[in-house]
Amino acid sequence: MVVGVKTGRECLDRGGASLGALASGDDRSSLETSMAAPIPLVDYLVLGDEPHLVANECTSCGARFFDRRNACAGCFATDFRKVDVDSSGEVRAFTIVAFAAPGIAVPFVSAIVDCGGTSVRANLLNVTPDPEHVTLGMKVRLTTSSMGVDEAGTEAIGFGYEPA
Amino acid sequence: MASDDIWILGIHMTKFGKHPDKDTVDLAAEATMGALADGGVSMREMGVLAAGNLLGGGIGQQLQKQVGQTGIPVYNVANACATGATAVRVAYMAVKAGECDMGLAVGVEKLAGAGLLAGGSRKEDSKTWTPAGRYGAIAAIDGRIGTETMPGTFAQIGMEYGHRYGGATFELFAKISEKNHAHSTLNPLAAYTKRMSLEEIMNDVMISYPNTRPMCSANCDGAAAAVVVSDAKLKTLSVEQRRRAVKISASILTTDPYEEACQVLPNVNTLTRNAAKQAYEKAGIGPSDLDLVELHDCFATAELVHYDNLMLCPEGGAVDFFNSGATWRDGSTPVNVSGGLESKGHPIAATGIANLWEIATHLRGEAGPRQIEGAKVGLAHVIGLGSACGLHILEKSAA
Ligand SMILES: [Zn+2]
Repeated sequence: MVVGVKTGRECLDRGGASLGALASGDDRSSLETSMAAPIPLVDYLVLGDEPHLVANECTSCGARFFDRRNACAGCFATDFRKVDVDSSGEVRAFTIVAFAAPGIAVPFVSAIVDCGGTSVRANLLNVTPDPEHVTLGMKVRLTTSSMGVDEAGTEAIGFGYEPA
Repeated sequence: MASDDIWILGIHMTKFGKHPDKDTVDLAAEATMGALADGGVSMREMGVLAAGNLLGGGIGQQLQKQVGQTGIPVYNVANACATGATAVRVAYMAVKAGECDMGLAVGVEKLAGAGLLAGGSRKEDSKTWTPAGRYGAIAAIDGRIGTETMPGTFAQIGMEYGHRYGGATFELFAKISEKNHAHSTLNPLAAYTKRMSLEEIMNDVMISYPNTRPMCSANCDGAAAAVVVSDAKLKTLSVEQRRRAVKISASILTTDPYEEACQVLPNVNTLTRNAAKQAYEKAGIGPSDLDLVELHDCFATAELVHYDNLMLCPEGGAVDFFNSGATWRDGSTPVNVSGGLESKGHPIAATGIANLWEIATHLRGEAGPRQIEGAKVGLAHVIGLGSACGLHILEKSAA
C-alpha cells in the first residue's frame, strides 16, 4: 500500500491539446449530429481520424509527461512542447486484475506498454484476459472505446491497446 | 572514548492480527511501554518522540497522554509504507545531531478488515463528464487506464522483472509465498502462522495475476516501537543494557529519482538499490555478510525484485538465487524468517519498526525456535509507494 502515486494537487483547467482536435470533428459524432462532440477520458488522448496520445516533452532533456509539470522532474527546466506518442508498442509488463473498484468490469488486463521509448499505462482491449492470451513482449496498437454518454448526451471515449 | 554510533536500546512489537478491544493509541502505548521496559528506561529519559500512523494521522501527542507527557518535541511522520522506518530515522537523526541522547520511535496501524487497498486517486464518477485534475480526466482512471491498485501495481513490477530477465513465472512467485508462509509457522507474533502448500497458494483467490490472496500482504492491526541511544549515553548504562544493545550501522532513506516510465509504473528498484549501496558503504558491510534480511514483501512479486535491488544476488539473477534455496531460513541469506508481510502482516506504519525488532531479536539470540544461529548482522528494508525506501543495517553488540 501506499499513499498514492500521484500528486494530490487538483486543477480544474485542462491542457488545450485535445480540445483543438475535438473541434475538428470525429466521425463517431457525425452519426448523431445533434450530439455534442465526444470528449476524451483524459486530455492526453487526442480523438479524430487517427486517435493518439500526446505528451508534454521537456525541450531540454526530452523527458515526457502525460500531466502538466511545473518544472521537469528530470532536469528542472520549465519549457515543454506537445509531442505525439507512437500508437504502436510492446507489452513490457501486465497484470490481470480480478478485484477492482466498483464500476470496473473484471477481469481486465492492465499493462505497461513501451511505445517507441515512451512508456504508457493502459488496459489491453480485444484480448482474452488470461495468461495464455496475454504475453510479455506482445505487439499492440492504440485503440479507442466508448465509455457511454452522460446526462447531457455527450459521449466519452477511452483508450487502450489491442493485439497488433 | 565514545563514537558517534547510535544504538537500539529497547525494542518491542505487539502481536500482529486482530485487536478489536484496543484502539490505535492503546496499541501504540503497548509497543511504547514494551520498548521502554526492554531498554530499562522510562519516558523521563526520552528526548524526542517520532510517531507514525498513516491512516489515522498524527498520534504522537495522543500517545504521550497515555504513556507520559514530558514536553519533548514530537514529530508525527507519514511516509507511506516507509513510515515506521522514517520514524526510527527521525529519532536517530535527533540523537546523531546531539539534540538529545535518547529518542523513541513508534509506528501503529489498525488495518484489520480494511479490504483491498487501492491507489488512492479513485474518485466518484460524476453525472456529466467534467475534466478535472492534472490529466483533465472526466472519470476515475483507476481501472480505465490500467490499474492503480497495490496488488496490480506490484504484479506489474514483478512481471517487468520477468520480461527483462526471464523465468519469473506464476509458480515461481507462488513459491516465494510458500517460503514466507512456511517461515511464519515459527513466529507466534505473526497474524497468520499456517503453512500453505504451493497448490493451495496457486489455487487461492486470484487478486491480480500473478498475485493470489496469500501472495498479498495481510491487512492487520499492530504496533512496534524502538528506543535509540547515543554511544556516549550507552556507555553509562548497565552491562546488561550494553550487551543487549544493537548497533545501527546504517540508517538510510531514499526517494525515487526521475526515470522514464516512473510516471506510469512506480520504480521501486532504483531507490532501493541506491539505499542499499549507501547502507553497505556506510556500514562497511557487504550483502554476503548478512546473516538475515527482512525485506518488503508487500506482494510475492515484490520480494523477487528486491533480492536483486539489495544486491543479494548478481544483477538479473533473482530467479536463480531464489531457486537455489538461498532465501529459506536454512539457506545462505535467509529472507523474511518472520513470515514477511504476507503472513506476519502489514500494519503499515508499524512494519518498518517490526522488521527491526525481528532483526534485533535474532542478533540478541532471543528468537527462540526460529533463531538464525550465530546471527551478527542483519538488514531491514521497507518501501512506500510514491516512493520512499527506508533501509537499516543492524549489528550485534560486541559487549
Ligand atoms: Zn527535462
